[in-house]
Amino acid sequence: MAAVIPDHLNEHHHGPSGLMRWITTTNHKDIGTMYLLFSFVMFLSGGVMALTIRAELFQPGLQVVVPELFNQLTTMHGLVMVFGAIMPAFVGFANWMLPLMVGASDMAFARMNNWSFWLLPVAAVMLIGSFFVPGGATAAGWTLYPPLSIQMGMGMDLAIFAIHIMGISSIMGAINIVVTILNMRAPGMTLMKMPLFCWTWLITAYLLIAVMPVLAGAVTMILTDRHFGTSFFNAAGGGDPVLFQHIFWFFGHPEVYIMILPAFGIVSQIIPTFARKPLFGYASMVYATASIAILSFIVWAHHMFATGMPKQGQLFFMYATMLIAVPTGVKVFNWIATMWRGSMTFETPMLWSVGFIFVFTLGGFTGLICAIAPVDIQLHDTYYVVAHFHYVLVAGSLFALFAGAYYWLPKWTGHMPNETIGKLHFWCSMVFFNITFFPMHFLGLAGMPRRIPDYALQFADFNAMATVGAFGFGLSQLIFIVVVVKCVRGGEKAAARAWEDADGLEWTVPSPAPHHTFEEAPVFK
Amino acid sequence: MPNQNSLHGENRKLLVRLSIGALVMFGFGFVLVPFYEKICEVTGINNILKADEVVNTQVDTSRLITVEFDANIHDLPWQFHPLQSVVRVHPGELVTVAYEVENTRDRPVTGQAVPSYGPAISGQFFRKMDCFCFTQQTLAAGERRTMPVAFVLDPALPDDVHTVTLSYTFFEIAGRNAALPATGDGAS
Repeated sequence: MAAVIPDHLNEHHHGPSGLMRWITTTNHKDIGTMYLLFSFVMFLSGGVMALTIRAELFQPGLQVVVPELFNQLTTMHGLVMVFGAIMPAFVGFANWMLPLMVGASDMAFARMNNWSFWLLPVAAVMLIGSFFVPGGATAAGWTLYPPLSIQMGMGMDLAIFAIHIMGISSIMGAINIVVTILNMRAPGMTLMKMPLFCWTWLITAYLLIAVMPVLAGAVTMILTDRHFGTSFFNAAGGGDPVLFQHIFWFFGHPEVYIMILPAFGIVSQIIPTFARKPLFGYASMVYATASIAILSFIVWAHHMFATGMPKQGQLFFMYATMLIAVPTGVKVFNWIATMWRGSMTFETPMLWSVGFIFVFTLGGFTGLICAIAPVDIQLHDTYYVVAHFHYVLVAGSLFALFAGAYYWLPKWTGHMPNETIGKLHFWCSMVFFNITFFPMHFLGLAGMPRRIPDYALQFADFNAMATVGAFGFGLSQLIFIVVVVKCVRGGEKAAARAWEDADGLEWTVPSPAPHHTFEEAPVFK
Repeated sequence: MPNQNSLHGENRKLLVRLSIGALVMFGFGFVLVPFYEKICEVTGINNILKADEVVNTQVDTSRLITVEFDANIHDLPWQFHPLQSVVRVHPGELVTVAYEVENTRDRPVTGQAVPSYGPAISGQFFRKMDCFCFTQQTLAAGERRTMPVAFVLDPALPDDVHTVTLSYTFFEIAGRNAALPATGDGAS
């Protein structure tokens, strides 16, 4: 399956150089790299916010920040991590890898691809810059619930515009991905022969197109309530704040699958490679992904059990939510069955993937517990929920992103990442992650509310523990910078097929992948 | 594999379709608003502007419930207070009380009162036959108005509830409903 890369394709392209090269580039690899760098910068800024929050919560009482700033920090940490770090990171992977995996020369709309990326720094500057306007950044929580979001200062308006811009960027990115996957696959690659990462991204892209506009509509309604005299959510004018929660979570629940389905895809690429067996139950993986996506549209009100819904409504959303555990369970089963009796080795990407399965499944189980309506009334808005969604978003999405980064770094840089430092990164992250978030289950069960800068004395020990863990986890991420810098600068040369049993078209091009690949479509057998 | 030109055409066609999909979903977000209001109306979840029906008028003289009245204003230059702060009533008995409100500003102001109940569970047993909160109230500059609330406490009120608090908050109406003429409500 080795593709012949003509020499002239290895030459650098003849566009502008220096900064203008990056601003004007339409190359999917350049844009993918920029997405990944951008999301890592946002990950670090969101991380600094998280550490400030944890520093404040180290001890009861107020020590580090004033409550107003604390509220801004919890809000912005959520917005920055969701819209600035996790989502763009997955789009970065899609940009880099999808054309290589389906054997296309580039994304379908290369110019639009450039736009999708360059909207993001603009939105990020608006979002983070809102800390410095009068009244500070929005402090309504990342869910932007009215009436708070209607009462906030101009930081809220900046957040709304930033969400609009990031939404447009995501939709353009998603359209590009759908068209690339549907129209530009190599001859012979039928849909059911695609790598699973392509499948999960195809479904994710449809989810993005379906729900990002709904979020844009919801924040537009907040904007007009704030400035143009409408009363969608303003109770004084006959509006209803609960309506916002319905619209928001109609977006919000598919959104959490937007952040996890591509992670499933990455893990489904890595585990067969290091278990040296084909993926167990490929077709069932595809159907499970699609089922999760479809079910995600009918479970939104499980975020709202405490709003006083009729019990028939609570029961419907409770059972629908529990139903999602079935396709998710199919996936976990298939990953484990793939490893079963495989010739497993534990290089860094595999460690992250196996770690992902372990901690993500824990987060899945606490999700099931939260889905039980009578239990959720007790747990709603406590640290149990914080523990739950960090188990699925940090140990789920983020660990899978690191797994993918270690897996494809040889293809991006031409060098193997340093195994020793990579493993150190994994073990530090894994241990400190659990020290940070596991105690939060106990805090939540004991009734500690989330988003509050102070707490009762009996919560002090677990909070101190979580803060120590958080700083450990935050500092561990700096190890990743060392790995990437070393890997870019040099190291063991990577072969075209960097990992012994890696399968897929991306391993047929040299490492590092030349600027232009698959100008002639490869033949997929 | 289609040739380069037909591929461009195919891509563009899909781009247009997906963009239309995104636009439709943007509209769908707004369609959810009337849809939600309709659901609330049909299921009677959010009918704070309608008079309740009394299901059981059997007066239960064996119980005496303390009903407390409370009044709040939200960013409104009005004086607002109940004329009696506490009454003791039998469940099932029709009771009428009055609130007084005065506009202290030198121009007409429209407000809407929103009720709430303590304990929260008592809300569904607090059946209001008439209330100034069913409509918006427009007060001329300096106008003072006495407004009635007629209610029946449903005898199904749980046994462990001995005190019920009815609390009103007046909000100034600005925004899309401000232009509506205030409907007469016989409350003046």
